[in-house]
Amino acid sequence: MLGKLSWSDIPIDVPILVGTFAGAAIAGLAVLGLITYYGKWGYLWKEWFTSVDHKRLGVMYIVLALVALFRGFADAIMMRSQLALAYAGNPGYLPPHHYDQIFSAHGTIMIFFMAMAFMTGLMNVIVPLQIGARDVAFPFLNSLSFWMTTISFVLINVSLFIGEFSQCGWLAYPPLSEQQFSPGVGVDYYIWAVQLSGVGTLLTGVNFFTTIVKMRAPGMTYMKMPVFTWTIFCTSVLIMLSFPILTVALGLLGLDRYLGMHFFTNDGGGNQMLYLSVIWGWGHPEVYILVLPAFGAFSEITQTFSRKPLFGYNTMVYATCSIMVLSMVVWLHHFFTMGAGANVNTFFGVMTMIIAIPTGVKIFNWLFTMYKGRVEFHATMYWVIGFMITFTIGGMTGVMLAIPAADFVLHNSLFVIAHFHNVIIGGVYFGYVAAMNFWFPKAFGFKLNEAWGKRAFWLWFVGFYFAFMPLYVLGFEGMTRRMNHYDNPEWYPWLLVAEAGAVMIALGIVCQLTQLYVSIRDRNLAENRDLTGDPWNARTLEWSTSSPPPFYNFAVVPAVHDLDAFAHNKEAGIDTRAAGSNYQPIHMPKNTAAGFSIGVFSLILGFAAVWWIWWLAAVGLIGVIATVIARSSNNDVDYYVPASEVARIENEHTRNLLAAQAAE
Amino acid sequence: MADAHAHTDHSGASHGSVGSYLTGFVISVLLTVAAFGIVMAHSFSPSGTIAAIAILAAVQVVVHLVFFLHMNTSSEQRWNVMAFAFTVLTVFVLVVGTLFIMHDTSINMMSR
Repeated sequence: MLGKLSWSDIPIDVPILVGTFAGAAIAGLAVLGLITYYGKWGYLWKEWFTSVDHKRLGVMYIVLALVALFRGFADAIMMRSQLALAYAGNPGYLPPHHYDQIFSAHGTIMIFFMAMAFMTGLMNVIVPLQIGARDVAFPFLNSLSFWMTTISFVLINVSLFIGEFSQCGWLAYPPLSEQQFSPGVGVDYYIWAVQLSGVGTLLTGVNFFTTIVKMRAPGMTYMKMPVFTWTIFCTSVLIMLSFPILTVALGLLGLDRYLGMHFFTNDGGGNQMLYLSVIWGWGHPEVYILVLPAFGAFSEITQTFSRKPLFGYNTMVYATCSIMVLSMVVWLHHFFTMGAGANVNTFFGVMTMIIAIPTGVKIFNWLFTMYKGRVEFHATMYWVIGFMITFTIGGMTGVMLAIPAADFVLHNSLFVIAHFHNVIIGGVYFGYVAAMNFWFPKAFGFKLNEAWGKRAFWLWFVGFYFAFMPLYVLGFEGMTRRMNHYDNPEWYPWLLVAEAGAVMIALGIVCQLTQLYVSIRDRNLAENRDLTGDPWNARTLEWSTSSPPPFYNFAVVPAVHDLDAFAHNKEAGIDTRAAGSNYQPIHMPKNTAAGFSIGVFSLILGFAAVWWIWWLAAVGLIGVIATVIARSSNNDVDYYVPASEVARIENEHTRNLLAAQAAE
Repeated sequence: MADAHAHTDHSGASHGSVGSYLTGFVISVLLTVAAFGIVMAHSFSPSGTIAAIAILAAVQVVVHLVFFLHMNTSSEQRWNVMAFAFTVLTVFVLVVGTLFIMHDTSINMMSR
């Protein structure tokens, strides 16, 4: 009846997990209780959970990312604390079985649910506004993508309290991840969570590719597209091309585990090396899927706060596209030591060094944008400049690792850990936080507090160097990754420094949360309100509408005459909003619960499949199919906003604008 | 959004008919059955079998593209063709790259 699930699978003998469960349960009940107390369930359901509005979905994605950041960082600081303790005979406080689950969960959560969700949230909020569209091409699929991502994150967190998580690292290499060596449910939780979220990500890629190709405002040719939109365009292409590879790789691993096949096993003709090649065929493009949008955000922020157009727009676009193509031909550098010969290693080593060139071009573009600009050192700019320094160091260690001979020394050591945190924290995370600070007023109508933003930056920036520079040293001293305890006295002081860095980063996260709290508390102060919709005197179309934008984004779809359309219109004295014109009824999609429903049934399917509860898996699968059929046969999915309603909303914004101008 | 939606619906290629979907379905089933049949009947040598099912798979891809995704040469959407060309390039890179890597590794590690 319950498959493999029994009472003994609830880890009540692990005090840390019991404590975590108690904390999560109390916090969860408090949130649910508050929502009930204030009677907000109907509001949440109608305005958020069933929403197909790209701005709302974007905000929910970012909330999900911040929750995932909390979980992923809790894992990180637990690992650092273990290594600060587990020295010279002391076993530390995490036994290997638990420790291995923590590093696997940390990587999986940070990539799939923190970084991917944050990126998808940013592109949801910004891209349709930036290209002058009223929504994405497929609003319902957008809602479905969000719920698939969310329920996958729920599934991973369920593994904390029911059963166990994978102990095979964030990519679950066979043969360790095969049934023979991992007979528990951990790897199955991993496979199902990543597969289900992969559905959401793939649909997002299709959705945004179509949106950017089909729905740009009239006059916005490709070479007049804002750089952020260009980067999302390339990211969408990479998602469409690479996520199917991940699906196949994990699908084959799943067949091995569920049906006793032999794709990657030790015996029966399996070849685990093929898994490495296939999974990294996805894994390397994934790195650029994450970092390209960050590059786009840096471009928008740098030009806005340097008060001049981006230096070398064309080269920026070409560099982005070159990275997109080159990212598909470097994947072997993740396993130089697998045993391929010099021909193979040389080819991929050279390709990896070549990909550093377009990335370097971008760095120079940002530097020259700042050069002779009137740079305003806003909190957002701090993250940008911190990125340029940190990412350059990370890029250089990356080129070091691209040399196969050096890689043979450094492979699987902490040097690699230091390198990819250097580029992912310094590039991806700094970029997303800068973007969040930059576009926050657009999404909510008030600015984030700058003082707390700068404090968060300094703690993150300094904390990063304390946490990860020692890891470079430890890598050279021969310390391998994923180590549970050690007895080498030379490593001990460096690991203490790294622990101190992790604590600083924790304080940085506290500052970020404080920044959110303070900003929400002071949102009605005059200096924080964004009445004009253009708080930074920015250059692209999203700033031409009100903050927050009306649900239809643009009452009149703007006509684009030049690159940086809004800046051009401001200089030429053109009213981008076309305020007071003869408004037309606007065609909009209706909200739907179908995405939520498919998500919940998928969660049931995933959970049941992990535990081999086949009748429940059938319920989940039939629920998904039934919802899809019901949704497909529903023709009542859209409506028209009357012109009078549009006029009312637009006139109100015009009054706000005039009041704001009078106040200045 | 109204205008953009109308464009997507009217400027693209055809959306197919019941007949074309059924044709595609029947051909797909036949190709799948043929692949299973070749393996189960042991009609060719091992390497011949691999070659045969690889060819059947490639034909299957083309059938899906034509009958289900409505790719055709008359389509006026430049993006269809460009996106398809880039996809083919990527698949080529991945397949040839993987063969290159695995072949080299096999020789080097004497695993085959």
